Amino acid sequence: MPDTAAEPAIRVRDVVVSYGGRRVLDGINLDVARGETMVLIGASGSGKSTLLRQIIGLEQPQAGQVLVNGMDLATKSKKDLKKIRLSIGVAFQDAALFNSMSVEENLALPLREHTRLAESTIRLMTWMKLSVVGLADFGKSSPRELSGGMRKRAAVARALSLDPQILVFDEPSAGLDPIIAAELDELILALKRAFNMTVVVVTHEMASAFHIADRMAMLYNGSLIAIGRPDELRKSAQPRLRQFFDRVPDQVLDPSVIQTYFERYLKGDFE
Amino acid sequence: MIGSAVEYVGRVTLRHVEYVGGLAIQLRAALASMRRALPLVGNRNRWRSAVNQMLAVGVNACPMVGIMALCTGFILAMQGASEFRKFGAMNLVVDLVSLGFTRELGPLLAALAVSGRSGSAFSAEIGTMVVTEEIDALRTMALDPIEFLLAPKYLAMLIMLPCLTIMSNACGILAGGLFMRISTQMTLRVYLGYVADSIVLRDVMMGLLKSLAFATIIVQVGCLEGFHVRGGPDAVGRSATSAVVKSTFLVILSDLAFTGIFYLMERH
Ligand SMILES: Nc1ncnc2c1ncn2[C@@H]1O[C@H](COP(=O)(O)OP(=O)(O)OP(=O)(O)O)[C@@H](O)[C@H]1O
Ligand SMILES: [Mg+2]
Repeated sequence: MPDTAAEPAIRVRDVVVSYGGRRVLDGINLDVARGETMVLIGASGSGKSTLLRQIIGLEQPQAGQVLVNGMDLATKSKKDLKKIRLSIGVAFQDAALFNSMSVEENLALPLREHTRLAESTIRLMTWMKLSVVGLADFGKSSPRELSGGMRKRAAVARALSLDPQILVFDEPSAGLDPIIAAELDELILALKRAFNMTVVVVTHEMASAFHIADRMAMLYNGSLIAIGRPDELRKSAQPRLRQFFDRVPDQVLDPSVIQTYFERYLKGDFE
Repeated sequence: MIGSAVEYVGRVTLRHVEYVGGLAIQLRAALASMRRALPLVGNRNRWRSAVNQMLAVGVNACPMVGIMALCTGFILAMQGASEFRKFGAMNLVVDLVSLGFTRELGPLLAALAVSGRSGSAFSAEIGTMVVTEEIDALRTMALDPIEFLLAPKYLAMLIMLPCLTIMSNACGILAGGLFMRISTQMTLRVYLGYVADSIVLRDVMMGLLKSLAFATIIVQVGCLEGFHVRGGPDAVGRSATSAVVKSTFLVILSDLAFTGIFYLMERH
């Protein structure tokens, strides 16, 4: 029997992903321990969602490997893949609720498909999950009738449906009001305490990130430029990290760039 | 100049080969997961969604298919009569309509109506689910999109298109009878007697066989177009159009192939 306690829940090894020749992820290495909350930060378009898609096995890396509970996601066995998938709950950035079903049915779907629970039990469980995110009254609504923030919360509730060991949230609190965002943070902390869940969260809310993170990782230009505990990162002198924390804008309008652009345009370089 | 032309032809050919390859792969996966959509032996939820699909693609298409077949039957009878009257051989109209429908027009009309209604609906439904990441969500829940979405549609179509074909045959032949009643005072009873003499069971069976092939084409092309959607809502619209265009084209092409084979079989 191998020592599973020491084995990380998620292990990302030298993962490379490129779209049309551009390397979005360029040799990423990341371990997430069991029961740990890892917060991913990084600029928009830096590849956070792309990294999450690798972790949940939606796409295969061009190089490197991703191991979840010690199992390689590139494994060919359908049964193993199913087992891994069922142990991960995912809330997508744009919720990705099934629009043809009611909110309730969205939550019930994985239970109906993968368990043999009685219908009454399933109804009770979905109601409880919906209450946790404050949507108990909206079970019968269609996802189209919910506001953006409500859809996000419903997606979080659906991710919890099968009581997974690993939770993956892509910007769960973006677009939520501060009170509900804070409640979501508390929910994540509570889940961790109660069920020792491993959580990977992408967020742009620094306050929330520092509150829930055991460790944080910053993605920049396809690499993780900083990984560490919140207090370590807070003290770090990494310029990009500092810029991110201190909300310093990039130099957006550099006059010399515009000038060279016009010069090249007049010379006909763009024909 | 010639080089680029050759290159162009090569590229287009390759694209078509790739497309057919994609269809074949999807068809194999669909056949493998069909068992799960069957009642009793399969998954209850798949069968339930297959029944829903049967209502959507079959029952709701009845008025359209029926009216199309009635009109076409009447048209065929009129066109035939204007020619056959010259030889005083009005009875040939009966043969024309009954053979024309059982062998050819019945299955074809049903398939074209369904391809227009459901081919586009399939690709729009699946394409939208691709854009909104619902397909990805399915996969993270360990639900296979082919089994979950395609298998029920395929099963529904394999059952309903032959039914619609039979209805289309009946409506077309009925319209022929109506025309004969109006233009030659032939009673419907006598007309149906003639029809019964001219129809061959083999023709009807061949027509139904064709409709199974058409059902396969409509479902597989419609769903493949949907799964191939990349980008936003505009891509969904394009996929719906191309699902109808491609499935209609392939339905006619396969009709030609089938009819050719039957023709050769008949001669030997
Ligand atoms: N399927 C795809 N095809 C082509 N390019 C893609 C694809 N998916 C992502 N990209 C590109 O990869 C880069 C990273 O995208 P990603 O969605 O991972 O960013 P992100 O860090 O999640 O950004 P945000 O914070 O805005 O959600 C982007 O530049 C995007 O254009
Ligand atoms: Mg993202």
